[in-house]
Amino acid sequence: MEKLTIDATVENLETVTEFISSSLEEKDCSIKIIMQMELVIEEIFVNVASYAYRPNVGKVTICREFEDSPRSIKITFIDGGAAFNPLEKEDPDINAELEERDIGGLGIFLVKKNVDDISYERKDGKNILAIKKLF
Amino acid sequence: MEIKQELNGSILTMKIIGRLDASNAQELTNALNASLNGVTELIFDFSELKYVASAGLRALLMAQKRMNKQGKMVIRHVDETVMEVLEMTGFADLMTIEN
Repeated sequence: MEKLTIDATVENLETVTEFISSSLEEKDCSIKIIMQMELVIEEIFVNVASYAYRPNVGKVTICREFEDSPRSIKITFIDGGAAFNPLEKEDPDINAELEERDIGGLGIFLVKKNVDDISYERKDGKNILAIKKLF
Repeated sequence: MEIKQELNGSILTMKIIGRLDASNAQELTNALNASLNGVTELIFDFSELKYVASAGLRALLMAQKRMNKQGKMVIRHVDETVMEVLEMTGFADLMTIEN
């Protein structure tokens, strides 16, 4: 398992996506999977960067581990910010008319649509969000 | 991300090149706010847009709402990966997409 601990700020978005996508490239993952994972990483990371420590800045640790048979990547985000379970948020109504469309919740919705497994736990004052993707 | 704009009468074409994500979506919003006065048709050229995240969708939604009031908006040449995100979120049904 490899870890990256970094300030949860949007300026670090590229570093975080690169941490995951470079490892997927090494595993000869398809471009499609890599793009899906970049989207997943962005939405989770930006969520933490926007809300966890607001208005302060804090750290987030991202762990990545690979498994064989079936091939998969597990990514865990750990932050010490305010308790927040993104899985409790209701999915947005994607069939709503334009004027009623609200962008809130779309990020986590995209995460759920692009992973095979997602879990949240609050432990020792930390938010632990783990996702798994088969590839 | 790079934005190339071309104004032809009241038709504005905006070509978005690269990645439209949380680190740069505000740039697009700013460009739209600065350029949409008097525009009756907004054409987004996505032929070189490789990636869009929810922050980018927010900017597109804002543009669509504004253009509904003053004209129309069309998105052209959408890449497969970007199209998947637009479909997954229902945006493909809200917006006019031409290839």
